Amino acid sequence: MRQRNTKIVVAWMLACMVLIGVGCSSTIPKSALAMSPQALEVRQMQTRRYATMDEAKLLSASAGLLQDLGFSIDKSETKVGLISGSKDRDAKDAGQVVGAVLVAALFGVSTPIDDHQKIRASVVTHPSMGATNVRVTFQRVVWNTDGRISRLEQLDDPEMYQEFFSKLSKSVFLEGHEI
Amino acid sequence: MNNMNRMTITVGLGMVLLAGTVCSGCASSKSQIMASDESQVQLRSIQSRAFDTTDRNKMLRTVMATLQDLGFVVDNADEMLGTVSATKLDRYALRMTVTVRPRGRGQTLVRANAQYQLRAVEDPEPYQQFYASLEKAIFLTAHAVD
Repeated sequence: MRQRNTKIVVAWMLACMVLIGVGCSSTIPKSALAMSPQALEVRQMQTRRYATMDEAKLLSASAGLLQDLGFSIDKSETKVGLISGSKDRDAKDAGQVVGAVLVAALFGVSTPIDDHQKIRASVVTHPSMGATNVRVTFQRVVWNTDGRISRLEQLDDPEMYQEFFSKLSKSVFLEGHEI
Repeated sequence: MNNMNRMTITVGLGMVLLAGTVCSGCASSKSQIMASDESQVQLRSIQSRAFDTTDRNKMLRTVMATLQDLGFVVDNADEMLGTVSATKLDRYALRMTVTVRPRGRGQTLVRANAQYQLRAVEDPEPYQQFYASLEKAIFLTAHAVD
């Protein structure tokens, strides 16, 4: 009984911490709008330069590629070179499932695990000096099995970007050069 | 056992009260629709800068490039209205809307609004950082506006 009471107290404390933490007392981190030291590196990873001034062609190829990758196009504004899209997908991770089952078996408590995610992407084209830069950025929101947000993150796996640009190069019949 | 139960309830209520007190500072209601903490004029000067250019398209594109450099995904842009909206996810959600419009004969006024989690950002520092990056990207000085 005593143990159960302790559990309830702990649960309350956690609930309150979540309320306090997620609620309104949060302020913007100092570095949120500052250029990070890795910004240049990240820019290089997310950008390729195509030897064409045909921005429309690159944009329409990008739209087609996003569709190939299962994204819905949410917005586009060709006059400033933007396409943004998103997709909702499953986010269950085998490792997490095994972990949750183990925790449940050992301690008799169920732990929430990642359930589904929304992946967002924006493609921005920028003509400059006889060529056009294409930059793509990805991010995602992951919800857990309790319906709460468990992750908010930028996706920065270099392979993902390489694959994106290799597919884009194929569809425009042009080689994308690193900047 | 009774004592234990009472203690649990007391501690629980205490926690609820504590959480209530912490959050009451920004209790949400319909008043939030028109609310801003700072005075309007002050807020405008914190969030705006003027640039010596009339090239709106270039300014919009540079704003988008700067936002991407800062880790944002650009959600939306409209050349005619001169707006760009973007979201940064990095364990937090930061949403920015930037508007670009002509100011006088030779200037462009840029205004940025940021929203961090559920709050408007009204602290000058993040905006100074944003404009410092934008200045570098467009090779122009950002002038303060009153």
